[in-house]
Amino acid sequence: MALIINEEQQMLKESTKEFLDLKSPISSMRKLRNNNFQTYNKELWMEMVEMGWTALTIPEKYNGLNFGYVGLGQVFEEMGRKLSISPIISTVLMSTTLISLSKNEILKSNLFKEIMNGTKLSTVAHDEGVHHNPEILNSLISKEGDFFVLNGKKNFVIDGSISDYLIVTANNESGSNVLICVVDSKSTGVEYNNKVHMDSRTYSDITFNNVKIKNDNFLSFEGDGKLILEKTLDITRIGLAAEMLGNIQEAFEITVNYLKEREQFGVKIGSFQALQHRCALMFGEIELCKSIVLKALQAIDSNDSSLSKYSSLAKAKLGSILQLVSNEAVQMHGGIGVTDDADIGFFLKRARVVQSMLGDSNFHLDKLAKIKNY
Amino acid sequence: METKVNTDLTNFRMETRKWLEDNCPLSMREPTKDPSQLYWGGRNGEFSSDDQKLWFERMLEKKWIVPYWKVKYGGGGLSIEKNNILNQEMGRLGCRKPHYNFGISMLGPAMLKFASEEQKLNYLPDIVQGKIRWCQGYSEPNAGSDLANLQTKAEDKGDYFLVTGSKVWTSYAEKADWIFCLVRTDSSCSKHTGISFLLIDMASEGVSTRPIKLISGKSPFCETFFDSVKVPKANLVGTLNDGWTIAKYLLTHERQMIGGIGETDKKLHISNEAINVMSKNNGILSDTILRSKISEFEMNEEIFDLTIRRTMDEEKSGNNSGAASSFFKYYGTELNIQREELRLKINGFSSTEWNSKASENGKQARYFCRTKGNSIEGGTHEVQLNIIAKRILGLPTK
Repeated sequence: MALIINEEQQMLKESTKEFLDLKSPISSMRKLRNNNFQTYNKELWMEMVEMGWTALTIPEKYNGLNFGYVGLGQVFEEMGRKLSISPIISTVLMSTTLISLSKNEILKSNLFKEIMNGTKLSTVAHDEGVHHNPEILNSLISKEGDFFVLNGKKNFVIDGSISDYLIVTANNESGSNVLICVVDSKSTGVEYNNKVHMDSRTYSDITFNNVKIKNDNFLSFEGDGKLILEKTLDITRIGLAAEMLGNIQEAFEITVNYLKEREQFGVKIGSFQALQHRCALMFGEIELCKSIVLKALQAIDSNDSSLSKYSSLAKAKLGSILQLVSNEAVQMHGGIGVTDDADIGFFLKRARVVQSMLGDSNFHLDKLAKIKNY
Repeated sequence: METKVNTDLTNFRMETRKWLEDNCPLSMREPTKDPSQLYWGGRNGEFSSDDQKLWFERMLEKKWIVPYWKVKYGGGGLSIEKNNILNQEMGRLGCRKPHYNFGISMLGPAMLKFASEEQKLNYLPDIVQGKIRWCQGYSEPNAGSDLANLQTKAEDKGDYFLVTGSKVWTSYAEKADWIFCLVRTDSSCSKHTGISFLLIDMASEGVSTRPIKLISGKSPFCETFFDSVKVPKANLVGTLNDGWTIAKYLLTHERQMIGGIGETDKKLHISNEAINVMSKNNGILSDTILRSKISEFEMNEEIFDLTIRRTMDEEKSGNNSGAASSFFKYYGTELNIQREELRLKINGFSSTEWNSKASENGKQARYFCRTKGNSIEGGTHEVQLNIIAKRILGLPTK
């Protein structure tokens, strides 16, 4: 497959850009922040639903658009440019991906319907602890009479406070399988501790105390939970990398433009070689970022057997370059860069949160080495 | 229509794959370890093995030495698409390029764009057939990064130019048959104008060379001296005093070549080398700090390859990504330098041996030293970054 996006994907990218320029510029993110860290703008979300974004990756069989992840990636890249806040990561990227891998057809078609028409929001709760480490799983689902009960504690659940459904991972009683169930957020025994993070978005620590789970609310089936989880994580990481690519490009372009305007010592500061070379290096690294994000998105759509490798390459590379570019962007703005009035600081603050989400660069470099047996 | 084109390309791919499998000797599919394993052609050119000779002759007969040049210039007349397929298929098997020649990678593209039809027919087929080995006469003692400051003079003497001056860093000048040269034909104007592009036979009276010994102990470069050398007027390429245009165009091809664009032989993975020679602990390299550096290096190596591919795919579809040759030159050589730094750490004491038999006369140590020139030759790292900053990012000069 050629490493380029096709015409339809290009059109989606352009229409997304137009939409976000109008409806969700960086100023609207600032507005949510100033409004006591409002979690999201519901009207904006319903317009995104109208645009078909919740249906992009859902197969036609379930009345979805089946547009594929390269398409969704274009949406994420543009959203990254605008630091646009919406439940799209939790509901579309994480939840619909996980649901589409499930064999529970009844639950699947019901959830897809509610997600596509925008009536319900959903998220995936997996991480336990302060670092992403999918191996750590202490939550437990045990059988009690006709029901199952869930006990455990999940950290850093994206959009946990606004989601109607929580897709939760837990061990079975013998510890031999990962189980994945859907929990109604209002169920008895679900407790939230909502926390605003540096990126002005809300994440939740959620405790499950003897929460009843019905037999037909499982998305995992006959021991396929671990595989579903791993693939969901791999795909989500690639989607995040696409968002990070948007973050990186916008912060870089804003900075280069600033260097062409700001004068000191009677000249444009962009004429200083000390700044020019750092910009040129970033330009090159961004070219590399574009390549791996596209390759990884294509690997999802083509069911590539190396998906896991491309996912880690993408998250590791984008993580380290986002770190570089977000720091340089603030530094090159000088004093104005550390004021709240300037938008550039928002990129830095989003960067550090999304970098650690589902594994930072170190986590993925380690994973890549393990894939190659060293 | 589209389907017909696609079928044609698919057939070409299958035929190419089969032909390469049948015709490329197994030893020509192994990674090259140093430039002496490559065939450079020329009046005194020698094959380093029978397989190499066989591979060159078969590819020559197939017209795939320079597959994308027109047939009348000795090429195979392949379309961009077919040439890319051939490259991909050669890459799949790890086939070496049958013939290396600065005439193919640098002079050829410049001649195709700027030379007269007569000159093209005269010079290009000889390059393809490996008859003439070319070298490049650009840098001078006082014209390195500031290349346009060159002083080698070509005086108009009616029916010939009289060339006097010296060039430095001419790669393999002592083995080359001809040199393509930048010379000053007008010193009364600004330094970028008044330069011309001249082809000179190294066998001419007054041409001499002296090898430059590098920190590797080897001498891949020479100084080349021109002492009142008579060069026929017909050897001028392009317009008199407009050689700088050709020079810049040719430099983009040099950068791509140094950056490793279009290479088809397989690179050795340094992680495999590490697995073989280093100790492990529970399946993980004991030196965990080096392990993370190797992982990061191989990440960048793989993504850089993807970036070359993406750029070629974009060019094919008519879009220019802007990822210019300067960036490829910078990044490709940077990876090469980093690779050798890491290999020293991986191989420890044995990697710095200089002349033992076991070390093949210090092969690794000497190659490590050689890579330090990669970020200097063909325009230093700093010059490449200047070009990106100014021409791509449009950053101001003042």
